[in-house]
Amino acid sequence: MNAPGRRLRVTSILSIQGLQKTYKSGVVALHPTELDVRKGEIFALLGPNGAGKTTLISLVCGLVMPTGGTVAVAGHDHVKDFRAARRLIGLVPQEMNVDIFTTPMRAVRLTRGLFGKKRDDAYLEQLLKDLSLWDKRDAKLIELSGGMKRRVLIAKALSHEPDILFLDEPTAGVDVELRRDMWGIVRRLRDRGVTIILTTHYIEEAEEMADRVGVINKGRLLLVDEKDNLMARMGKRQLIVTLQQPLTVLPVSLADRGLSLSADGQKLTYSFDGNAEETGIPALMTAMQAENITFSDLDARRSSLEDIFVDLVAEDRSKAA
Amino acid sequence: MTGLNFIGMWTLYKHEMARAIRTAGQSIVAPVMTTALYFVVFGTAIGSRMATVGTVEYGAFIVPGLIMMSVLTQSISNASLSIYFPKFTGTIYEMLSAPLGYGESLAAYVGAAATKSVVIGLIILATAFFFVDLHIVHPLAVLGFLVLTSVTFSLMGFIIGVWAGNFEQLGFVPMLVVTPLTFLGGAFYSVDMLPEPWRTVTLFNPVVYLISGFRWAFFGHGDVPVLLSLGMTLLFMAAGIAAIAWIFRTGYRIKP
Repeated sequence: MNAPGRRLRVTSILSIQGLQKTYKSGVVALHPTELDVRKGEIFALLGPNGAGKTTLISLVCGLVMPTGGTVAVAGHDHVKDFRAARRLIGLVPQEMNVDIFTTPMRAVRLTRGLFGKKRDDAYLEQLLKDLSLWDKRDAKLIELSGGMKRRVLIAKALSHEPDILFLDEPTAGVDVELRRDMWGIVRRLRDRGVTIILTTHYIEEAEEMADRVGVINKGRLLLVDEKDNLMARMGKRQLIVTLQQPLTVLPVSLADRGLSLSADGQKLTYSFDGNAEETGIPALMTAMQAENITFSDLDARRSSLEDIFVDLVAEDRSKAA
Repeated sequence: MTGLNFIGMWTLYKHEMARAIRTAGQSIVAPVMTTALYFVVFGTAIGSRMATVGTVEYGAFIVPGLIMMSVLTQSISNASLSIYFPKFTGTIYEMLSAPLGYGESLAAYVGAAATKSVVIGLIILATAFFFVDLHIVHPLAVLGFLVLTSVTFSLMGFIIGVWAGNFEQLGFVPMLVVTPLTFLGGAFYSVDMLPEPWRTVTLFNPVVYLISGFRWAFFGHGDVPVLLSLGMTLLFMAAGIAAIAWIFRTGYRIKP
């Protein structure tokens, strides 16, 4: 799925080959999947609930037993050489899985130790300060708000200075402030060379944050591409013309121009290639004038990742049917 | 394969121990209190009207059984809760995603649970000296059997904690299996006192061998030969380890 020239082993920090998961119940959570994540990028896995995003992450992180396939983390096989592979990974789970009787400080010390790192209170102090947890470092988690608990989960995932950070639905149920902080942290981590893999069902998030996007639905990774390429490749633009007088049919002179008329006859939608030099808009305007079609509003929009996603999912469904 | 994650193992062990230390009241005072009551009732009040068992005063005779009873229940409840609780709260994701091998996790969990049991066993032993006149024949063997039994039953507790799907099941095995087996395993009597066929039936109770071996360490003689006790204890331990190896390999109830 990647451009052939980019599949260099050295730049790929996470290499997934044929990874799949079928539960005992027969549910196929993930069909055989190939994916290479490059060192230092922000990779977004985009898909609706139940698409297999969390399954994919859980397989890589060792929470779920794979049915088949291999995962290499910086060249370390995640089964045969799991210690070396897992040391590099930090995971922020989607669920609020915290021991409510512990404190932020104890929580980060525990994770750091479990990952085999020597105690480093200076690093942990800075980490807790970065996440606005320092003042609450000795408070029981049961006393903290949901947003604070999520910060603790992030702090735990970063406590052992991982090279790869998995964020599973990081902004689900998170307020604006924490979301902004979180993206700040993600960008700073990326600047330090940390590879970030996040899952989301918010298209805006993938669009805003990611370098590359993988679209996943019903356990199949449908597409992996640079976000910008994805936009350019499917960079359709649309001009929506709201008419003053509804039309029943398109006049012959306007047919074959890539125009579609809405069911109520009130709106004309003109689709064109946003990257082409000739958009055809002036010609359309002239033709409309010739037909005496007047309009009350013009609205131009770029197709968002959402449109791309909807198209891909529809494509996937029609293939399946 | 890179080297063992000693820091990780030690961190998990300390984490488990820290919880026990924070809740030292419940962890230690409760079993000591319960055992003290047994000493008062069975050892002092009733025991003073009872004949000796062999050459041993009844009050002293029940000491190994009482210690075993606490050690078995404590080992099982400590170990089962230590794995059940993270499973219940979801924090187990952290152990599963950490670079810890199965052996390392098991050593930390079971090691911590067994440590607590051994400490409780020793505290109860110390308490016993206040109530009865005790002369221990093989002190090192007392410690040896204490450690072996604690580890064995912590392994079983670990299995129960993995298996349990709710808190009822977590309490089910200790209440309905371990307590009866201990009572019927010769905690308060010598197997020799039983009439047939109960004497033979009793020999199918694994706890008989544990208590008998422990009693041998105290007084120099038990219901069954000490090597049989030792062999059976090691057999239970091996069975526990085999079951846990299977659990880890298949991901049973931990890793879907």
